[in-house]
Amino acid sequence: MSEAGTRVPPRRSGLTRRQKRAVSRGVQYAVFVAALVALGLTADWDQLRNQFAQVDLAERMFPDIITLALKNTVLYTMSGFVFGLALGVVVALMRLSSVGPYRWLAGIYIEIFRGLPALLIFIFVGVAVPLAFPGTEIPGGTYGKVALALGLVAAAYMAETIRAGIQAVPKGQMEAARSLGFSHARAMVSIIIPQAFRIVIPPLTNELVLLFKDSSLVLFLGVTLEERELSKFGRDLASETANSTPILVAGLCYLLVTIPLGFVVRRLEAKAGEATK
Amino acid sequence: MSIEKKNGTGTGGSGTPEIQVRGLHKSFGDNEVLRGIDLEVGSGEVVCVIGPSGSGKSTLLRCVNLLEEPTKGQVFVDGIEITDPDVDIDAVRRRIGMVFQQFNLFPHLTVTDNLTLPQRRVLGRDKEAAGKVAAENLRRVGLSEKATAYPASLSGGQQQRVAIARALAMGPEVMLFDEPTSALDPELVGDVLAVMRMLADEGMTMMVVTHEMSFAREVADRVVFMDGGVIVEEGTPAQVIGNPSHDRTRHFLSRLLDPAMAEVEEDRTP
Repeated sequence: MSEAGTRVPPRRSGLTRRQKRAVSRGVQYAVFVAALVALGLTADWDQLRNQFAQVDLAERMFPDIITLALKNTVLYTMSGFVFGLALGVVVALMRLSSVGPYRWLAGIYIEIFRGLPALLIFIFVGVAVPLAFPGTEIPGGTYGKVALALGLVAAAYMAETIRAGIQAVPKGQMEAARSLGFSHARAMVSIIIPQAFRIVIPPLTNELVLLFKDSSLVLFLGVTLEERELSKFGRDLASETANSTPILVAGLCYLLVTIPLGFVVRRLEAKAGEATK
Repeated sequence: MSIEKKNGTGTGGSGTPEIQVRGLHKSFGDNEVLRGIDLEVGSGEVVCVIGPSGSGKSTLLRCVNLLEEPTKGQVFVDGIEITDPDVDIDAVRRRIGMVFQQFNLFPHLTVTDNLTLPQRRVLGRDKEAAGKVAAENLRRVGLSEKATAYPASLSGGQQQRVAIARALAMGPEVMLFDEPTSALDPELVGDVLAVMRMLADEGMTMMVVTHEMSFAREVADRVVFMDGGVIVEEGTPAQVIGNPSHDRTRHFLSRLLDPAMAEVEEDRTP
């Protein structure tokens, strides 16, 4: 390095770099606070309070919103997740198969179900399936339908995740298993998939959060009072009382689950990152 | 047909050879890695395969348990043609232990489970019987105290000894070693070679791809030198390593800069 290059150039503004950074940040904060104040002054707070913060109305929702609505949301999510996971593993294995038609089928499945809005699939399951197969009931009633609709969507995403997880297991693992006399299928089940699952637990948990929110689409299936989940429960009460407080409370119930789950995902990701070091 | 083949092998010496390779070719796309290999390994014999990288020695070893599908030619293990498409390859592989350069232990299982799971899933042994065999084989490789550890907490040398124990727990008749010490720090090589020497002394049939010339010299009954996908020469260690008859062998050995080689050079200078 030449001597000229190490010389500190004269400051034109008269500010050090640290001072410049402080000024820049100060301006950003000022703009942010100004925007908040402007919003706060222009909003009609009385209206908002009336619409969203009726405490007695919120109190009326308990305990049903937990014992019925949240419970159903969890049940719908879990049944969809379990079905989606099972189907996802099958589609992932088909995607990795040496048999061409299996690969194509799996590929087509993934493209279709990732490309469609979940809402359309709910409507399809709710309307088209009963029309196409008159007289046949999807087992499990609404729960079965939701598991099917949510699972069909989730499987497409999970299949790609699981496929990546399987491919991330070193090739030597399959070779070691085969050299010990495992069949290909046995090696997959006993050796490869357990390792793949460790890799994909964080993204699958993330998928669980997405499913939890998507379970609100049950709204479009038509459910009995006993089958209502958070969104339906909140909306019904909101239209009944002509007040939006129930929507806010239902929203808080979602966050009650999604925020801790998100925290768990980040912890798992950090742990997985450490393990691969 | 198979009887005729068995009779044909009788010329080798002591009974049916454990491994017999005939006219083996293997190509990856346009790249012909093996170009006509004929080789026999007798029961209880230790054969070391040496040669420069890319000479096809690992591919040859992997063809012996069909981890690579030969393009042409036949491989017999204990008189069974494993290259026959109708043969149950999983059943044959149970009788052939394989040790890899990268150990390939199952990282999600403890050392003991690494040894017991294959026995239970493949051989159908119950938990107790598999556990007994596992403990016995861990003792043989000197790692009884690591039974409950996970592979990641072991040194490379310890992992490789566990890998050997895992293969032995299946009760193989033949053991294949694919550069078992190449991924190890130099100070860890000795323990692994000691275990392999013990196996050789016990009369295990072994085929070893290695760069450890001193091991080949001391332990091998026969050394095979490969280059360019063919066997250039084979014979006793004294012949192949001590007094190679081909230029290519001499060239390879002199480039290895092995301490054993220095001795050989000294032997020959007077």
